[in-house]
Amino acid sequence: MCTVCGCGDKVTVDGKEISHDEAHRLGLAHDHHHDHAQGHSHHHHHSHSHSHRHGDLVHEHPHDHHHDHGHDHAHGHSHDHGDADHAHAHGGDDHHHDHHHYGTGPAGVSVPGMSQERLIAVETSILAKNDALAAGNRRVLRALGVLALNLVSSPGSGKTTLLCRTIQALGEAPLAVIEGDQQTSADADRIRATGARAIQINTGKGCHLDAAMVGRAIDDLRPRPGSYLFIENVGNLVCPAAFDLGEAAKVAILSVTEGEDKPLKYPDMFTAARLAILNKTDLAPHCDVDLGLYEANLRRVNPGIEILRLSARTGEGMGAWLEWLRARLAEAQA
Amino acid sequence: MHEMSLAEGIRSIVEDQARTHGFSRVRVLRLEIGRFAGVEKPALDFAFDVVMRGSPAEGARLEMIDLPGQALCYDCARTVEIADRLDPCPLCGGGRLIPQGGDEMRIKDMEVL
Repeated sequence: MCTVCGCGDKVTVDGKEISHDEAHRLGLAHDHHHDHAQGHSHHHHHSHSHSHRHGDLVHEHPHDHHHDHGHDHAHGHSHDHGDADHAHAHGGDDHHHDHHHYGTGPAGVSVPGMSQERLIAVETSILAKNDALAAGNRRVLRALGVLALNLVSSPGSGKTTLLCRTIQALGEAPLAVIEGDQQTSADADRIRATGARAIQINTGKGCHLDAAMVGRAIDDLRPRPGSYLFIENVGNLVCPAAFDLGEAAKVAILSVTEGEDKPLKYPDMFTAARLAILNKTDLAPHCDVDLGLYEANLRRVNPGIEILRLSARTGEGMGAWLEWLRARLAEAQA
Repeated sequence: MHEMSLAEGIRSIVEDQARTHGFSRVRVLRLEIGRFAGVEKPALDFAFDVVMRGSPAEGARLEMIDLPGQALCYDCARTVEIADRLDPCPLCGGGRLIPQGGDEMRIKDMEVL
């Protein structure tokens, strides 16, 4: 959320208020995605950079981190540590040593006069919790053969109108909708008016849906096997790009009145999207826009992006969109 | 973009780690932030101070390490390092690049007491 958001706010799911903490399901067991990309395990090697004084000689070891051992290095490469657990294995230039500080008992077991300071390698993505919940959502959706699409755009791009028209065009196909907005149930009401099942999430001051909110909505909606699940994210071209919800793909909707430069100004969202829909093409002749430039700018930030031009209002281009949806649904069930 | 949320993610990881490793105070917390992560560092610094209050990381020093941005060039099919998201390929001048890294936001390590 933006610095102005304040995440401590309440989140409501169809009128039921839940605390933000609960929304994040803090109490639940979850996997930590420890990223060991740099080839280290938990007992890993840190290179240190304390400088040791050997008489007149000062030498420095190449370094990642600082820590005080609270002991003097009287050196010929044999360290005399006050801490018996702390063994260094020096191998010439390649200065590795095992971190025996790591997990040598809780700091609460304090030994007077001895430093308790330790370095703990974490290597955990800040969004690990969200990512783990999103992976859980994805497993559930996958098992059901549900195609979940995360619809992202700025406010007013025509997401809800496009969804209403899509629901009508899909006819009998089973589907459900999760609506994300800061306030009001106006969008869910519009969706329900088409006969589709919808759940409204009000994020309060939150500027994006997260995987916990969507997981809870999926629990309540119980999407039917082989159905579509449309997740209409909060209108915002920035934050929703970073939050995986467990969807099969993000679909970015960009209306032709917004300006050709938007993909360049908000590249993250269009990089994260598999498909961009250029909506409101019926207005293009009235507002001096260059649809080719829209597409060139989309491809500049995401060379692999698929692009469809359509007008939800006139129905022009809807056929290709429905075809795209059916192809993705078939993939979700494969 | 949503630095308050990120700070809350950090707090929750700090609290998990404090339970696992049994420490009571974090002195230094080091983050690795990719160039394309979209993190506003001054905003995160501010959010960190506010959100860590009452946690083991209250008053901790936050250090942010920049990681380079990498992208795959669709024209020459090589992975290159670029400073800015919209930079052309430094090898072939191509303008069609897709980020391949540099969106990292992770806690690298913590010095704890």
